[in-house]
This record gives sequence, structure tokens and C-alpha cells, in this order.
Amino acid sequence: MQQVFRKPVSLKDIQTHFCPGCHHGTFHRLVAEAMDEFGVQGRTIGVASVGCSVFLYGYFDIDVVEAPHGRAPAVATGVKRARPDSFVFTYQGDGDLAAIGTAEIIHAANRGEDITVVFVNNTTYGMTGGQMAPTTLVGQKTSTSPYGRNAGKDGSPIRMAELLAQLEGVAFSARVAVNTPRNLMDAKKQIKKAFRYQVEGKGFSFIEALSSCPTNWGMDPLAANERVGTEMCGYFPLGVFKNTAAI
Amino acid sequence: MTKRLFMKGNEALAMAAIEAGCRYYFGYPITPQSDIPEYMSRELPRLGGEFVQAESEVASINMLLGASATGARAMTSSSSPGISLKQEGISYMAGAELPGVIVNICRSGPGLGGIDASQADYFQAVKGGGHGGYHIIVLAPSSVQEMYDLTMLAFDLSDQYRIPAMVFGDSVVGQMKESFVPHPRPARELPPKEWVVRGRQHGEQRVVKSLYLGDGELEAHNWKLHARYGELKEKESRWESFLVEDAELVVAAFGSAARIAKSAVMAARERGLRVGLLRPITLFPFPEQAFRAVTARCKKVLDVELNAGQMVEDVRLSVTCGTEVFFYGRPPGAGSLPTPEELLGQIEKYY
Repeated sequence: MQQVFRKPVSLKDIQTHFCPGCHHGTFHRLVAEAMDEFGVQGRTIGVASVGCSVFLYGYFDIDVVEAPHGRAPAVATGVKRARPDSFVFTYQGDGDLAAIGTAEIIHAANRGEDITVVFVNNTTYGMTGGQMAPTTLVGQKTSTSPYGRNAGKDGSPIRMAELLAQLEGVAFSARVAVNTPRNLMDAKKQIKKAFRYQVEGKGFSFIEALSSCPTNWGMDPLAANERVGTEMCGYFPLGVFKNTAAI
Repeated sequence: MTKRLFMKGNEALAMAAIEAGCRYYFGYPITPQSDIPEYMSRELPRLGGEFVQAESEVASINMLLGASATGARAMTSSSSPGISLKQEGISYMAGAELPGVIVNICRSGPGLGGIDASQADYFQAVKGGGHGGYHIIVLAPSSVQEMYDLTMLAFDLSDQYRIPAMVFGDSVVGQMKESFVPHPRPARELPPKEWVVRGRQHGEQRVVKSLYLGDGELEAHNWKLHARYGELKEKESRWESFLVEDAELVVAAFGSAARIAKSAVMAARERGLRVGLLRPITLFPFPEQAFRAVTARCKKVLDVELNAGQMVEDVRLSVTCGTEVFFYGRPPGAGSLPTPEELLGQIEKYY
């Protein structure tokens, strides 16, 4: 019998610690599949950030450097400059990338570093217990916005994929989700495109992945999955915002 | 390379880094050390290396972290307020056992302070600086020749012990020009970098990290780091002693303060006072043994610093019982650099 579906080799055969219904595991798998398809596992250096994604090295069978909170794009810059033949990606949450690490992501993108950034946006600080993030939707209640995010006081959620697409150094920027089979298939396609940019040495590529966080949203997995489509996709539209080489 | 050169301390330091094999430099401009990034931006591209002017000191220390994790020799430099920003990354590097050279051409503070020579970052340099309870190797040059020599040594010690190393100078040693003799890197056997990330195709998975969550894991990791600090104390303490053999009073000073102190010591000798100088070259590890040995006989130490008293605490902890330790310092700022005559007055006061 022909085997048509298998675990990616870039992923270890280990259960993840992610909460039930969280999309991190799915994004891990999509990233690993892209790694397999381009055959880059052996020369990949991942940069782990702070938060739920820090345990990257427990799941991906690749070499990994751990970065301080928000600094993954700077660490990746150092790795890639010193080892230009390696495939370098960061995997960062919204608190990491859109708050404490805003300077690092904007400037690595603006320099056009030949790296790929996977940005998992679940509109909250997951590991620290569901506080307000820069991507928290207006009106969304979190443990530090108990009355709901107030745009007048807290600002409005930042759309990173669109913001980065403005920069000359960015070659590719897209936003994806995995809340439906159709979106998942498209997410896989866009992640592969983002990877292809680096494989072909064409510059900085960025993938914003909308994710659920059932635990901190206080929802069951199905309701949380639904929220990604109903609430998040409304403010954070899926799509490709830049594709310079039209890969 | 036996030709004598006449250069600024900052330039000699940059030259030594390149001679030591540093090909990656990440930094952000700040007075009085901007000659270093300027030199590196000119020279590294010609050598196939990389110069990145980072968006901040925070980014530059993390670029150093990334380059170092791949096994490359890399450096960053800054001055006091910038070094404060780098402390986060330095702590992570210390935790992940990453080598790397950090230069602090110390200026006056606290806060924005001023651009004058200062030694007020001593505590920050030798007592950890960042969070978590660690040490880095700290070398204190007092001449342009030492800016060259100690920078080269910093790369080797850092690689050997897998501890970040800081070259701790100030505006005086950074900005002054004097002659020095450059030389190739002295041969030193270094352990292979078996921990670097280089892609799975070369073998087992490698992870550079400072997060340890298992029962007892982090404590064991800390004990390992602290054992290495102990080894450093034993094997790598360096100092210069000058006329201490018959001294009745020994002046303790480091860096540019030690140069001024040396003039004062010579002036005191001309007046018939038996005075010597003990100059720590490594601030961490602090040369405790040198102070113990000297104060076994000489019971008076005058500690001189360009601050309100920081190294004096380590001096007090290192001297033998019954030694009197006096302090004279000038918190930094324009017009605050003590003169040799001023220090001679202090020597005479305590002699």
C-alpha cells in the first residue's frame, strides 16, 4: 500500500505542550512541511522567542538559538550574517514581535535580511496568562483590559503584515489562518512561498499566522476556532500584501 | 608586524579585534567610542566580514549573540548608557555560555551624564550588570598598547571559558593617541566549539539556550558557571605591580586612573616616600592574590578611582587582616580628572 501522508521529518515525534485547540501545533506542522519540501532541515537554524513558542527545539528537529523577548530578528540577523549558507527563521508571538520587539522586526525587515519570520498572532499574551497585546481587538477583554480594549487609551490593534509590507526591504508579506480546511491549504501555500524567497536568496519574507488561544480567551476549542474566522479575520484580513518576485 | 604605530586607543582596539579574527561587528554610535564602529565599517567588508549598524544597542548585542552562536568571532562596542541597554543580551549570553567581546569606553553618568573619562561602570561591569547572578571577564587597559593587547586576549579568554568578555576603557585610553607595537595573535590552545549551531546535517541537534525548567537543572547550570568563575580567579588574574617590594603605602588603581597614579607614585619616590602601585588588569577575575601578597607586609593601601568608590570594595575584601584601606576618588564630569599633584597630596596625607 502506498503511504500518502506522513509526519514531516523536520518535526520530532513528540506531543506538544500546547493547549487543546491552540493553532501553534498546526503552524509547527506547516512550517516543518515547508522545510521538508525545500530540503533545508539540515542547514536550518531556528530562532526561538519568548512565550508559548520558546520550546521550538523540543518539536523541530533542527538547530536552534534562543533569543531574548522580542529580539529574535536581531539574533537571526547575527546568525545569517555569520552563516549566510544557513536557512534562518524566527517564530514569534504577537507580544514578542508587535510590542517589545517592534524595533527589531521593523529594522531587520527594512535591512532586507534574508530570513523568514513566522509571526503567530493570537491577540493576547498566551504564556503569561492572557494579558492585552498590541493585537488585542478593540473591546476584547483580557486580564489587563478587563473592561475591554479601549482604542482611545490603549491604541488600536496593529496590523503587522500590512505595516511591514510598506518597507522597501520586505520581499514578501502575507497573513494566513488555519481555522478552515480551505484557509489551511492556503496557509501552507503562503508559508512555502515565504520559504522560497529565502531559499532563492530573494530577501525578507513575513508570514502572519492568525491563531486561536482557547485557554486565555475562555472559550472551548471550537468556539475559539470560530472566533478566528468571525472576529479576527474581519480586522486582520487574510491575503498577500507584498510579493515582489510574484512567487 | 613590529612596526611602531601612532594611533588612537579606539583604533588600536579595533585593529586588534580584526587581528584576533573578529569578522563580525554590530554596534550603534555613541561618544566616545564611535571610532570603533567607524574603523570596523571601513575594514571588515574588505576582509569578507560584516559590519551592521544596528537600530539600537539592544539589537546589536543580540546580533552578537546570534553570530557567536554560530561560532564566529564577533564584537560590539558602546559607552555607558549604551552598555546599560546591552545588559539584557549580556545576561542571556552569560546564561547560554556564549563567548563574545563587548567594549565599554566608559563615560560619566548616571543617566546621560557627560562624555568625560569615568570609571563609574565598575560595579556594572564586574558584579554582573544584568539579571540572574553571573560574571563576565573584564579587562582594563591603561594604554593604547594595552587597548591592543587586551582586546586580543579578550577574544581568547572568552572563547576558552565560554564567558562574554568586556574591554573596559574610558575616554582617556580610547581617545588619546600614543605609539604602540601591534603584533599577531599569540598562539593559545583553545577548545573546539562543539556547541555551535551549524545545521542538523552535521550531526545531532544543537540548541543554544538559557532556559532550564527541569527539577534541579538550572541550579546545576548555575553551579557549573560559578565553578568556571572560580577557575578564572585561579588561572587568569592579571595585574601590574610597580615599586611595591619596599613600599610603605601601595596605591591601587586601574585603567587611566592608574596612569595618573603612577606619575604620583614616581613623584612621591623623588621625595623619598616609599610608595608603590598595584594595578589590576583583570577586574574580573579580581587579582585578590596580588593584594593578599602585597598587604602581607605593607599595611596601607590608597585606592584611587574615577568614581565615588567602587573597586575599593574588592580591595577591602582582598587585603590581609589589619591593612588600612583609604580611598580617594573623583566622581566624573568635565574638570574632574585628578592631577598627579592632587594624588601626591593624598599619598602624603595617608603615608
